[in-house]
Amino acid sequence: MPKVNLSHFEAALLFALFTSIVLGIVSRKTDRDRLEYGLRCFGWFVVALFAIGWAMRLGHG
Amino acid sequence: MMMAAKQKTEKLPMPPLNLWLPAVALGWLVPGGGHFLLKRNGRGALILFSVASMFLFGIMMGGILFQPKTGGLLEMIIYCGGFLGDLASGIFYVFAIWMGYAQPDVAGAVHDYGTKFLVTAGLLNVLAMVDAFDIAAGRKN
Repeated sequence: MPKVNLSHFEAALLFALFTSIVLGIVSRKTDRDRLEYGLRCFGWFVVALFAIGWAMRLGHG
Repeated sequence: MMMAAKQKTEKLPMPPLNLWLPAVALGWLVPGGGHFLLKRNGRGALILFSVASMFLFGIMMGGILFQPKTGGLLEMIIYCGGFLGDLASGIFYVFAIWMGYAQPDVAGAVHDYGTKFLVTAGLLNVLAMVDAFDIAAGRKN
């Protein structure tokens, strides 16, 4: 099995992508709502990623 | 207002076993399989893609597959919970064990992410199984 060496950012983006797809599918009742919710989840994951990343950077000085 | 609260807490009757068990069992074994069985092919394919990709990335990142361990309470929660999460990936977990995948627990961010990917793949499949149950029981389209 080939090994991959992803950065924190790449791994977190992949995590957000796959999780958002499943959350979108199971959480809403129409396809349009599923797509909207999946995109919104992904967007919030990315926002949280940057916010927590900056918080850690500023916290560490 | 009290009636609304009462309606909210009212439990739905349990549907017959033969209605939902095949979809949920197949959904565990093959992620998205329950949706395929219930003719929700698009959703099934997306679930299969997401869970399979997450599991494969977890393996390629060198994540560990948990074995149940008892000892301290925290250790039991982490190892038994992690084992159940891994096991929920169904055929991917069975196949990885069958192929002899045994990554030692080593320090490193990538390995750590891999471990989380492996557990999360299983947890996403649990969500998909619950969705398949709802569809099979007629609670959801």
